[in-house]
Amino acid sequence: MADLTTEFLGIKSPNPFWLASAPPTDKEYNVRRAFEAGWGGVVWKTLGSEGPPVVNVNGPRYGVVHGADRRVLGLNNIELITDRDLFVNLEEIKRVKADYPDRAIIVSLMVPCEEDAWKAILPLVEETGADGIELNFGCPHGMAERGMGAAVGQVPEYIEMVTRWCKQYYSKPVIVKLTPNITDICQPAAAAMRGGADAVSLINTINSIISVDLDQMAPVPTIAGKGSHGGYCGPAVKPIAMHMVSEIARSPETAGLPMSGIGGITTWRDAAEYIALGCGNVQVCTAAMTYGFKVVQEMISGLEQWMDEKGHMSIDDFMGSAIPNVVDWQHLDLNYVAKASINQDDCISCGRCYAACEDTSHQAIAMSADRKFSVIDAECVACNLCVEVCPVENCITMVEQQPGTTDPRTGKVVVDTYANWTTHPNNPSATAAE
Amino acid sequence: MNSQFTPGVVPKRLSTEDLSHNFDDLHAPLVVHEAAVAADRCYFCHDAPCVTACPTDIDIPLFIRQISTGTPEAAAKTIFGMNILGGMCARVCPTEDLCEQACVRELAEGKPVEIGRLQRFATDKLMKSGVHPFNRADPTGKCVAVVGAGPAGLSCAHRLALLGHDVTVYDARPKAGGLNEYGIAAYKSTDDFAAREVDWLMSIGGITIETGKALGDALSLDAISAEFDAVFIGVGLGGVNAMGIAGDDLAGVSDAVSFIEDLRQASDLSDLPVGRNVVVIGGGMTAVDAAVQSKLLGAEQVTIAYRRGREAMSASRYEQDLAASHGVKLMFNVKPNAVHGNGAAAEIELEYTQITDGKLIGTGETMRIAADQVFRAIGQTLTMDGGLALEGRKIAVTDAGRTSRDGVWAGGDCSSGGDDLTVTAVAEGRDAAMDIHATLTGDV
Repeated sequence: MADLTTEFLGIKSPNPFWLASAPPTDKEYNVRRAFEAGWGGVVWKTLGSEGPPVVNVNGPRYGVVHGADRRVLGLNNIELITDRDLFVNLEEIKRVKADYPDRAIIVSLMVPCEEDAWKAILPLVEETGADGIELNFGCPHGMAERGMGAAVGQVPEYIEMVTRWCKQYYSKPVIVKLTPNITDICQPAAAAMRGGADAVSLINTINSIISVDLDQMAPVPTIAGKGSHGGYCGPAVKPIAMHMVSEIARSPETAGLPMSGIGGITTWRDAAEYIALGCGNVQVCTAAMTYGFKVVQEMISGLEQWMDEKGHMSIDDFMGSAIPNVVDWQHLDLNYVAKASINQDDCISCGRCYAACEDTSHQAIAMSADRKFSVIDAECVACNLCVEVCPVENCITMVEQQPGTTDPRTGKVVVDTYANWTTHPNNPSATAAE
Repeated sequence: MNSQFTPGVVPKRLSTEDLSHNFDDLHAPLVVHEAAVAADRCYFCHDAPCVTACPTDIDIPLFIRQISTGTPEAAAKTIFGMNILGGMCARVCPTEDLCEQACVRELAEGKPVEIGRLQRFATDKLMKSGVHPFNRADPTGKCVAVVGAGPAGLSCAHRLALLGHDVTVYDARPKAGGLNEYGIAAYKSTDDFAAREVDWLMSIGGITIETGKALGDALSLDAISAEFDAVFIGVGLGGVNAMGIAGDDLAGVSDAVSFIEDLRQASDLSDLPVGRNVVVIGGGMTAVDAAVQSKLLGAEQVTIAYRRGREAMSASRYEQDLAASHGVKLMFNVKPNAVHGNGAAAEIELEYTQITDGKLIGTGETMRIAADQVFRAIGQTLTMDGGLALEGRKIAVTDAGRTSRDGVWAGGDCSSGGDDLTVTAVAEGRDAAMDIHATLTGDV
């Protein structure tokens, strides 16, 4: 039986599902409900410095990209850090942690880039008994205009500097939350490492304008006729986030740095994918904001079932298992040949594969007068477009061509030796095979 | 006040409230969100089978995509461009035998995209706006007579008017619409939809309708052929086949089409008499419409007696199930031998049938069932051929609707070829109009 217990940076939680620093974790009331629902931990919504709290807009804060049946595919928000008093938050954190000692509570922080500001808040956080802190170097809206959030996360030197202060004035684990609004995610991750960070969490939200209201001619959400860019999250950002996670996992400078995966995790499968790419746990927000806290029960049961099926006893058993298989394009095997194959029994004759291939790809699907669709091997480059546009899962599959057979498209015999672009004769910079 | 159990053919078996509920829309219109969800199920197939299955060739994937992107008005224009009676067809088409049967999702999961209901969603939206989506071409100076203001005639008239011709439509009845107005179950065309559709269609301009004028009496084909540049005949099938059995003339025995017509034209359904024990002879849509509506009016027992097996019934399986779900009993392989009664029908004598050497014959085994009302629904016949050549019992036409006489076209139920469906009539009227236009403008 799979055991979901996770120990991330020495912080134990009964499962790898934490709620990310966001609206769901802004208050004791919500966090208690989350723990009752089964969440393994929370990152408390970002605290700011002592003094008058920030104020939020009084108009709409969220906008959504909807899929079929108003399924939430992407969410954008312009909410700031907590707009509640620092000491109220700290007292609540202390109370909740005392009542839920087996759950992880991490405190997200965002104060000005001055040593005194950090020196002032860190002992207060330490006092709560929370398990660690997460530095919010990621929020791309609002706070960034004030020199915080993503404005810090975009300057590796600042990340390193602030992380160092935190390690100096705080005794427990320090997680640096990264902004994706940069070119190379490894730069801020490496800076966090240099500053002594115990881990990075990624990604924070992506700069976004979710939609334009064509009546008001203004971005959504619209406040008094104006809109501002927000931070994009939800299922739509998962591929972007997973790429960044994989880059940190395989970059020699940052490999091995513990990671907490964030970005569009909606089901157990999403979580498993992040963990396979090297994350020690995951953080969830949009799924909870869409479906409520109960959604974690599916994540737990699903991950358990899958781990049991695969024989994984613990999260560690498969953590990072996919990293070795993430390679640069130039190292992909150019001798591997596949062809699309359409299962006629499953085909419902919609013709989407034909339209896609005929109009936009390689004219490799034939259509008969009675709507039978078949692959023309002599044209098929195995691009996979037909597989992906087919409404029937697994009706079209990619079949590996066996060594010794001839690829009718190239006229070449398929070989079982590996060869990639670095040694390909068409590559002007080709080097001899090692 | 009578009840379901009152003997004889009497009115007021049900309360006004129950009647109003019974004759409400068979399918409630889709609301915006339902339409969005239903539209999203469309795969936007290449060379879509649903389009091939539609007699009017509506670009179904395109109009559904237009609905899904929030432009039902554009969707309606796509529909009306091919089928100006798309609103009525959305209500009465046997979609289960046409577009929805061909839908790949029917094959994949037995649940097709709800094309009919989506079409209604789009067409209702545009028609409610009161705007006619098309503008007439410049006048051609040509004038065309259309005889019969049913689906074929209206479709033909609209297309001709659109192309710039002046059209005069003649109809024998007091109202235009043909079977849309007089011959379809009331719950398929609620709120006087047929009449509203005619008004909306006419708003293209250039069409004059003269009702109460039947071909034959005061209106000869020779006369109108001389007066107009072209003539289109869409007179439908005015006669009803007789059963030719003893008791056919007893009180309580009548034509299903007359019953449906009375029902459609009734200002108060509670005034409409219906039997306690109703038997409908036939196996088509008319039989189902008469049977179901008898039940909805409060008849206690309603039976459809069809002389062949279920598979031969021309009413679709969906229609059969609709009847069954309303409590109508379907009897197969039985034929009527006689209606018995003293002045008025009381019982019908049915005989079981079988097919021997390809011929339908009685087995000799008979039964009698109570029947104070018997409806004939065994098909309609052409009553006016205007001296045109026939094919079988219908006016012979080419694909473009040309008859044996120059300058005269025909379409709809009165002409050869095609199923006797509203949608087929619309296609034939439209196609004849295009051929008339090409002929009149020399663009052949």
